[in-house]
Amino acid sequence: MSFGPHLFLALLEGTVTAFVLAVTALGLSLVFGVMRIVNVAHGEFFMLGAVLASLCAGLVGSPLGGFLFALVAAPLAVGAIALAADWLVLRRLDYHPEGTIVATIGLLYILQQAVLTFYGPDARPVTAPVYFRIEFPWFGYSGYKIVVAAISALLLAATWWLLTRTRLGLYMRAAQQDLEMAQAFGVPARRVYAIVFALGAMLAAAAGVLVVPIQQAHYLMGLDPLLLSFIVVIIGGLGSVKGTLVAAFVVGWSDGIVSVFFSPTLAKIVATLLVAAVLVVRPSGLFGEERA
Amino acid sequence: MSDRALGRVFGLHVAVIAVLFAAQFVLPPYDHTNVARILVLSVYALGYNVLLGYTGLMSLGHAMFFAAGMYGAGLPVYYLGFGAPGALAMGILCGIVVAGLFGLMALRTSGVAFLIVSLMFAQAFYLASLYFNEITLGDQGLILSGKLAALEFGGTQVGFHEPALKYNGALLLFAVCLLGTLVLRLSPVGRVLIAIRENEERTRLLGYDSFRYKLLSLVVSGALAAAAGATYALLFSYVGSTFASILFSIYPLLWSLLGGIGTILGPLLGTAFMFYLVDLASGWTSAYLFVVGVALLVLVLWFPRGILGTVRARWLPWLP
Repeated sequence: MSFGPHLFLALLEGTVTAFVLAVTALGLSLVFGVMRIVNVAHGEFFMLGAVLASLCAGLVGSPLGGFLFALVAAPLAVGAIALAADWLVLRRLDYHPEGTIVATIGLLYILQQAVLTFYGPDARPVTAPVYFRIEFPWFGYSGYKIVVAAISALLLAATWWLLTRTRLGLYMRAAQQDLEMAQAFGVPARRVYAIVFALGAMLAAAAGVLVVPIQQAHYLMGLDPLLLSFIVVIIGGLGSVKGTLVAAFVVGWSDGIVSVFFSPTLAKIVATLLVAAVLVVRPSGLFGEERA
Repeated sequence: MSDRALGRVFGLHVAVIAVLFAAQFVLPPYDHTNVARILVLSVYALGYNVLLGYTGLMSLGHAMFFAAGMYGAGLPVYYLGFGAPGALAMGILCGIVVAGLFGLMALRTSGVAFLIVSLMFAQAFYLASLYFNEITLGDQGLILSGKLAALEFGGTQVGFHEPALKYNGALLLFAVCLLGTLVLRLSPVGRVLIAIRENEERTRLLGYDSFRYKLLSLVVSGALAAAAGATYALLFSYVGSTFASILFSIYPLLWSLLGGIGTILGPLLGTAFMFYLVDLASGWTSAYLFVVGVALLVLVLWFPRGILGTVRARWLPWLP
């Protein structure tokens, strides 16, 4: 295969990565933007989504049925866990920035250990719900990956609709801009915080369900999406939705290109150094508004 | 601080070192090795605490400095036949260089952004240690025993397999770093660092260049972590990329929180307590990550001052 098709494959892989990453990172970005806290356990919500999807595939006979069931059930279950974490831990800390980081690190290890104990240390594959190949002149490409990108795009559009066209979205944007003013106008801040935390976790879990037929479910799989989401959120600016989308594509494509031409490990090192470069030039990120 | 108060503070810390020295003659062999390990790891926590406790900067990337010291000391021993003193110096130098370069970039950010950036850099370092696995052997690591020449004390050869050398080597490092940290804490520089922790804006207004002080604190912190990493590599003759992983950046945070952020002896207490808690827990469950997670949650929710922080607030206000 010559250079052109290689590059095409890299961009194709990068696009799929970018869509899934955008869904995951948007969850992290929403939580940071509205609640001003960094959720280090975000990757574990992704991992829980994947693990639950693999359990659903075992319960339901047909791959398509299992997938559709998981796509609804896993985010709901993970959202419930997130609600409990918000109620039992984050609220008690009064959403203190550094305290919540330590607490979510604790949550990360508790969730990881729980999955290791009850699910086991093995990586488990899940059959793709739909199987077809798209034939290009140079190579065939898994149709399921295109489906993943499409569902991710739908999820992103739905989140955007929620943020800009609903009362809840209005509350969220109000809390993000000025919490005290929002509360003065009757925005139920606590309830909005709980819903945002659950929503962020559900987005991560949905991304986990989507990738499990490509990646395999494993109790340690949450770290990579967490770090990549951090990269995306930093490059895109903390709390900026538009920036998150653009940054997801920058990271996804560069990851795809370096992975195809060099090695995946090198791709991650490059992405990390990209963050360093961004921070040296603009400490608040490319799209982030200056914040006191 | 009056001379009497100063005497009391130094007396306490020297007494702790003396007790640790005496302990080696009564400890059973199993705890003997454990305490040597705990002493080296507390130096790591001491370094972490300089940055978090006395400057107010929380980092999630200290494994990078620990591993820089470890590789800086271990690779020259393995490939170039360095002796222990040269390797230790190389390790600390590597830590200083890594911390300095990291600080120049990362200290442009603060608060939560600094946390994330430190995490990212440490992860890049960890991935690099895997990427160059032809040299580092990645996860598998390098075994140094047999490569390291014995030390000579007045004509007698003492090999690195001797428990007495492990214990006293660890104790010597710990004593130097403990007293060094104490002197730094009581010095004018230490007071500026605490001022930055309390109110950076106001410290700048008084004419202190807070960036330079924060960089200094980060370099000291990195040098201590690297000294711990280098000593760990030499005494326990193993160098591996596990020590660069994220979990190893979380540990010093946990130990400092448990012992008491911003106390000199807290890191030692926290490290020892956690070490034996995990050791004890491993008797009835293999789920040690659960212990780590629950300990973090409990500390941050109900016990944010840690052991010595609580002791200081209740009974001993003079404790540094």
